[in-house]
Amino acid sequence: MQRCGVIICRYSTVYDPNEKTFDKILIANRGEIACRVIKTCKKMGIKTVAVHSDVDSSAVHVKMADEAVCVGPAPTSKSYLNMDAIMNAIKQTGAQAVHPGYGFLSENKEFAKRLEAEGVTFIGPDTHAIQAMGDKIESKLIAKAAKVNTIPGFDGVVKDAEEAVKIAGEIGYPVMIKASAGGGGKGMRIAWNDEETREGFRFSSQEAASSFGDDRLLIEKFIDNPRHIEIQVLADKHGNALWLNERECSIQRRNQKVVEEAPSTFLDPDTRRAMGEQAVSLAKAVKYSSAGTVEFLVDTKKNFYFLEMNTRLQVEHPITECITGLDLVQQMILIAKGYKLQQKQSDIPINGWAIESRVYAEDPYKSFGLPSIGRLSQYQEPLDLPNVRVDSGIQEGSDISIYYDPMISKLVTYGKTREEALKKMEEALDNYVIRGVTHNIPLLREIIVHPRFVSGDISTKFLPEVYPDGFKGHMLTAGERRELLATAAALYVAAQLRSQKFLGDLRVSIVPAESRQWELCVELDQGVHMLGVSRSGNNYTVSKIVQNITSHFKLRVLSKLAAYLSKHMPEKIPEDTSSILRSPMPGSVVAVSVKPGDNVAEGQEICVIEAMKMQNSMTAAKTAKVKSVHCKAGDTVGEGDLLVELE
Amino acid sequence: MATYTLMRSSLGLLHGLKCSFKSVGQIPYTGVLTQSKVLQNARCYSVSHLSVQERIEKKRKAALTGGGQLRIAAQHKRGKLTARERLELLLDPDSFVEYDMFVEHRCSDFGMEADHNKYPGDSVVTGQGRINGRLVYVFSQDFTVFGGSLSGAHAQKVCKIMDQAMMVGAPVIGLNDSGGARIQEGVESLAGYADIFLRNVMASGVVPQISLIMGPCAGGAVYSPALTDFTFMVKDTSYLFITGPDVVKSVTNEDVTQEELGGAKTHTTVSGVAHRAFENDIDALLNLRDFFNFLPLSNKDPAPVTECHDPRDRLVPGLDTIVPFESTKAYDMLDIVHGIVDEREFFEIMPNYAKNIVVGFARMNGRTVGIVGNQPKVASGCLDINSSVKGARFVRFCDAFNIPIITFVDVPGFLPGTAQEYGGIIRHGAKLLYAFAEATVPKITVITRKAYGGAYDVMSSKHLRGDVNYAWPSAEVAVMGAKGAVQIIFRGKENQAEAEAEYVEKFANPFPAAVRGFVDDIIQPSTTRKRICRDLEVLASKKQTNPWKKHANIPL
Repeated sequence: MQRCGVIICRYSTVYDPNEKTFDKILIANRGEIACRVIKTCKKMGIKTVAVHSDVDSSAVHVKMADEAVCVGPAPTSKSYLNMDAIMNAIKQTGAQAVHPGYGFLSENKEFAKRLEAEGVTFIGPDTHAIQAMGDKIESKLIAKAAKVNTIPGFDGVVKDAEEAVKIAGEIGYPVMIKASAGGGGKGMRIAWNDEETREGFRFSSQEAASSFGDDRLLIEKFIDNPRHIEIQVLADKHGNALWLNERECSIQRRNQKVVEEAPSTFLDPDTRRAMGEQAVSLAKAVKYSSAGTVEFLVDTKKNFYFLEMNTRLQVEHPITECITGLDLVQQMILIAKGYKLQQKQSDIPINGWAIESRVYAEDPYKSFGLPSIGRLSQYQEPLDLPNVRVDSGIQEGSDISIYYDPMISKLVTYGKTREEALKKMEEALDNYVIRGVTHNIPLLREIIVHPRFVSGDISTKFLPEVYPDGFKGHMLTAGERRELLATAAALYVAAQLRSQKFLGDLRVSIVPAESRQWELCVELDQGVHMLGVSRSGNNYTVSKIVQNITSHFKLRVLSKLAAYLSKHMPEKIPEDTSSILRSPMPGSVVAVSVKPGDNVAEGQEICVIEAMKMQNSMTAAKTAKVKSVHCKAGDTVGEGDLLVELE
Repeated sequence: MATYTLMRSSLGLLHGLKCSFKSVGQIPYTGVLTQSKVLQNARCYSVSHLSVQERIEKKRKAALTGGGQLRIAAQHKRGKLTARERLELLLDPDSFVEYDMFVEHRCSDFGMEADHNKYPGDSVVTGQGRINGRLVYVFSQDFTVFGGSLSGAHAQKVCKIMDQAMMVGAPVIGLNDSGGARIQEGVESLAGYADIFLRNVMASGVVPQISLIMGPCAGGAVYSPALTDFTFMVKDTSYLFITGPDVVKSVTNEDVTQEELGGAKTHTTVSGVAHRAFENDIDALLNLRDFFNFLPLSNKDPAPVTECHDPRDRLVPGLDTIVPFESTKAYDMLDIVHGIVDEREFFEIMPNYAKNIVVGFARMNGRTVGIVGNQPKVASGCLDINSSVKGARFVRFCDAFNIPIITFVDVPGFLPGTAQEYGGIIRHGAKLLYAFAEATVPKITVITRKAYGGAYDVMSSKHLRGDVNYAWPSAEVAVMGAKGAVQIIFRGKENQAEAEAEYVEKFANPFPAAVRGFVDDIIQPSTTRKRICRDLEVLASKKQTNPWKKHANIPL
């Protein structure tokens, strides 16, 4: 079953099965990107090999591939990052090339080297380019030399927290501390003063160590209120390079992208060309081949600064494919085989507009998204709509576990204009059915209709600026409220009528309440609304599963009597949350900094929880003495689990 | 908003909907209850100069106010509703038919004979009514009259409706809120309890009996709920205990609060006395209405069938991947249950007690079924004393009331250890075995993964007259797991790993059971719902009888 459909209506590419490339490709990845690569391989007539951890043995990418090899247990370090096992899988299956996807081993030069030594093609750039661009310090030096605009900052590894403070002072606050080997927002912290610099240094180095096995950090000037715009480049092994226009990726939370679009509303043709040309000159400077992405920060005056180059296929590559008509995976495979680029820069179009929403299994009401785990009890992609592409690697019944990225899918919509694409996105989000895990569709749905987003007035600080107190869900308009209340009342009545219908022969006859009229009270938010429902016809049937569209609303419908009597019900005393600390998400405890009897100050760190490779510091809500500690380092905790009690 | 549009298009109802949206702070209610707003001193009257008609009116009014406005206010202040308010919520509007409104207590000691100590109807409201159109007999103890204490008259009223419920064949629901025996009446009160107990026992297995504890229930009074089929409680406002905290303190010197001793949490998690707890009176009564819809009216009725909007042949693709690859890894049996039953609606019984077994009611193509499933998430789904007893009682209820039983099996065996052996796991485990074996209702069994040892036999196996027994491809029916088996079969042998692999190849799959006909088919998990619906259709006319006996002798 190929549920992870890559429906790309816009590819202008021709797949010629006679074009000799590889017989068999191994995909050293999982989830949607593995499915995405397999899809193109199938079109090109290439056999595929999936690798998987033991918990992924019935994952979609495994089912889609022609062959599958288990490379170890669930933790990524023992499976998807386990080079020995993957090398064995290559030998065992006779794969001629490896596509690394993104993440995992995609920017690991060791891996590329080992493949080279075995005579297996790495579908990506040369080790030299990976190394040069993978190291943020080295990449900056190369970029400078290639006359690419760079951010003022310290071009070297920072030894310790004190040195970090010193350098930060020299550059001037705010500064950004980030992992030298990093990417994807991991191991990245912004500091506005000395203390935050020290703390950020500690976190970033821990996170960098756990994510990349390399805790080297660097510091640079933090550009306030920037946009994050990146240029897709494509280069072959013969010195040709193209830029495939930009992607606007400014909507982020905690430095991870949420909504992307191509092209950007902000760039004019001149800026676009300037950025594209600098990106190409950087690619040429490192003799880059394959698909790559040059990320820039763009300030309000359209000054742009080189941020980093990602030497891999990006998560958000589908939007570029939509507007250019190119299949980037196909291009990568052709380039890896040594083919020359067929296109010239003048052949690269901007056709229409594409938007991508990253649908995550996370709770958007907590810091715009803390991971949530669970089993997809119901799952239905909005693929019946035209111009909608969904890249996913899961299906109904799949588990979203703590071991891997919580992304459910990438929902891409395309239109002739931005308005059309946005409208389509609205529709697609409304028709997406996800049950069993908390997901961020309510947030995505709000972003894409927000006036600031619609007008293109965005920056990387969009979310914290628009929702300074955190995301609270959709605010109902008067009309929506009326409609919601009416719907609730109608559903209540329909359910009431249905619960009186008993089939078959009955020994004691039924005396249904012959109501033609219902007086109901609907509780919504804090308000109580009185509704009257009168009967108009005999068949009330709700025949379609109704999915939430925007946010979840707590609605309670009571008969008038039940509502009237509700005033006598005792108030439930909520737990005093200031003296207990619960885990806000599932994850594992990295460190516990207190023990019973310790005195803690408000805001002091109590423990650190790691989930999906993000470390989150849990702090005390008040100054108090620690009463008891219910977790220890290494424990796995679920959402809502008690961690520490204060007196 | 697309969803609203969707719903609108599917609900013709909405078109005709004309609502005025007024936001009001308090709900003015002008229903039957206004009658209870009569003057507080309505009971204090002199009868001599009144006509019979007037006397009837006065008595009725007095009965409606129970113990008077002050006590009603006190009841409300405790977060509790009055006996009549509760019945109004529980029953369909205007369906309550009251009995014995004029009954008064007959005690003449301690000044009880005085007019101001007589309350028409005494401390309980009884009668019959309808829940979603179906007949039910009810009694609701009135805490505002002598603390709901049980007098001879009170017991007589309860007995009257129980007797009639038995004759008609309709369930009895008791709403308990009583301080205990009417001490002024002495032995008459005790006799009253015994009269009720006897009827509880006689009605057992004839009509469903449900107790909802909505206040105190202490001393001998607790045995009536204990004898009924289901006991539900209201959190924070209800208590069940043989002796209260004061007596406990004086006898055993234990310090314990009412809540710890006999609150809803204690009885739904520790003692297993109550089957479920609800947030407050309203929540409990509304849930009880939903629950009532699952039950047949009596043992003469088949399991009820309601209109079903969930396709009977719906495939559940998620089930194909639900059982983890490694046999040591847990999964949630509730995911399977929710996936298979109608509209994911499952009324779980005892959700917080003996969680290694899941029991509860659901519907398949509209028909009520009882679900029993081992829960691999808790204690690997093993059977122990508590889960055996929990399962056995549920299975016997289903069998008594013609409710088909669907059993999902993933059981590694009975829990070993001295605690279990000393506690009598042999005796208690036998109860579950006994219950499944004697049951003559349709029995469908699905082995999802492990079915090891004696526990395999117990869990509604073919050998205990299972009607349809399925195995999923992940099923392993064997005497024990590979490791243990190899240690016995190949004791002392060098190559244990190889022997283990051989054992796994031979036994850790559904074939040994399938080739012997102990499972009827090996099925694709996603087709489970479709198959069960089809089988239930066929088995609806199943007839099976056990040999004549006065009554069976279950190992209690």
